[in-house]
Amino acid sequence: MSWNWDVAKDFLPELGKGLLITLEATALGSVLAFALGLVWAMAFRSPTRFVRWPVAAVVEFIRNTPLLVQLFFFYYVLPTWDIKFSALTTGVIALGLHYSTYTAEVYRAGIDGVPKGQWEAATALSLSRGRTWIAVILPQAIRRVVPALGNYVIAMLKDSPMLALIGVVDMLQKARAEGASSFQYIEPYTMVGIAFIVIAYPASLLMRALERRLGH
Amino acid sequence: MATETDHTNPAVDGSELIRFDQVTKRFGSNTVLDNLDFSVSSGKHVTLIGPSGSGKTTILRLLMTLIKPDEGTIKVDGDYLTHEDRAGKLVPAGEKHTREVRKKIGMVFQQFNLFPNMRVLRNITEAPVNVLGLSKDEAETRARELLDLVGLGDKCDAYPTQLSGGQQQRVAIARALAMRPQVMLLDEVTSALDPELVAGVLDVLRDIAHTTDITMLCVTHEMNFARDISDDVLMFDSGRVIESGPPEKIFTEPEHERTREFLSAVL
Ligand SMILES: Nc1ncnc2c1ncn2[C@@H]1O[C@H](COP(=O)(O)OP(=O)(O)O)[C@@H](O)[C@H]1O
Ligand SMILES: [Mg+2]
Repeated sequence: MSWNWDVAKDFLPELGKGLLITLEATALGSVLAFALGLVWAMAFRSPTRFVRWPVAAVVEFIRNTPLLVQLFFFYYVLPTWDIKFSALTTGVIALGLHYSTYTAEVYRAGIDGVPKGQWEAATALSLSRGRTWIAVILPQAIRRVVPALGNYVIAMLKDSPMLALIGVVDMLQKARAEGASSFQYIEPYTMVGIAFIVIAYPASLLMRALERRLGH
Repeated sequence: MATETDHTNPAVDGSELIRFDQVTKRFGSNTVLDNLDFSVSSGKHVTLIGPSGSGKTTILRLLMTLIKPDEGTIKVDGDYLTHEDRAGKLVPAGEKHTREVRKKIGMVFQQFNLFPNMRVLRNITEAPVNVLGLSKDEAETRARELLDLVGLGDKCDAYPTQLSGGQQQRVAIARALAMRPQVMLLDEVTSALDPELVAGVLDVLRDIAHTTDITMLCVTHEMNFARDISDDVLMFDSGRVIESGPPEKIFTEPEHERTREFLSAVL
């Protein structure tokens, strides 16, 4: 077995298509995880325990169940409730929801890091709760946690091949298909691996740079 | 002494702006305020003095609704702060009611607590725009006037961290004033400052005390300042007012042994 450049060259366009799907799933999953995580984190701080407790329980449950199980759950169970999404959408929802339980913790740490005096000053100025969140707390909390959130984007990127199991044709699926048709495995899988490194490594460098710039 | 209600000068006609009625506050098993009664008349400058831990900050924090009393009621300008009068029955107030009453109160903190993510001008306009409903232009015009008043007219665009502690505290004073409060709560506002910055802040407060009719409730260890601005001084010990009166009297001929001890320690 030796490296065959022709196989590699033939696989390149397919790799590109798979890469786009991988990036799409990661990007959309991230947006969902960032938004939902923020909702959870704010709910953790709700003055009403009837909000705090159920949210904490659900978040804990989702975090402690494997992503794969959630993926299959959404893929097989949602349609029986007449909720039908494409494989990619289902994958994005599962990925985003799962990772939102991690980003929630990140936000929570960021929110806890905002000094109590900031809440008190907001109260002293009679700012509404919504305004206190939007204008005072979140801008300070999020700034601190951007690097940590970024790390979860990279984690999602690396988990995205799991979406292949519900039929999302990402890079890894493309490599499998290529292998199955040409019986050439080394080139496609190696290239997929390299593609992941080529995205993930600069991304983690970027995160570290961000950390340095934003962190105090 | 705890049941005596009027510690302010009854000769001045100002109506009662703040009234504590049998207020008890505990932290766990520590009873910090025990059936406290006291009142402050409108337009008065009242200074609370007393040893550390005697409950002075607790009083201001109760007024700012940062903490809630365990028993008793607090009235501001005739309205209950944490209660509502429903058909003659006192029930715990909703957030909305409390916020309305609280709008009459401004507070300046020991640690300034400016919003570090906002420039100085926006620190001051944020609440007037979003709480009082002022237009942005109107709020900014007023904010600039207030910054001039505290001697920081040129710092509109600075971020709080670019300012000295004394400057930050003066911005915090402007921010509180921008809400046009009827009463200002000042909790050791110069304690966190380097000594050379204290005078600038106290000058601003003296200016406000002498040129506005805002009621002030002030906790301070700056006895000269207290003497300059106070109509009344309340000496606290263990959550009780043990002595009160005009500053000339409290500072020169205190009646209570604890007051004498305290004054000799800080003066
Ligand atoms: N959040 C709190 N939790 C527990 N104890 C507190 C809290 N705030 C104040 N105390 C206690 O209440 C007492 C009065 O405190 P405080 O009002 O800050 O006094 P002062 O301002 O006169 O120094 C102190 O014994 C203090 O330890
Ligand atoms: Mg104190």
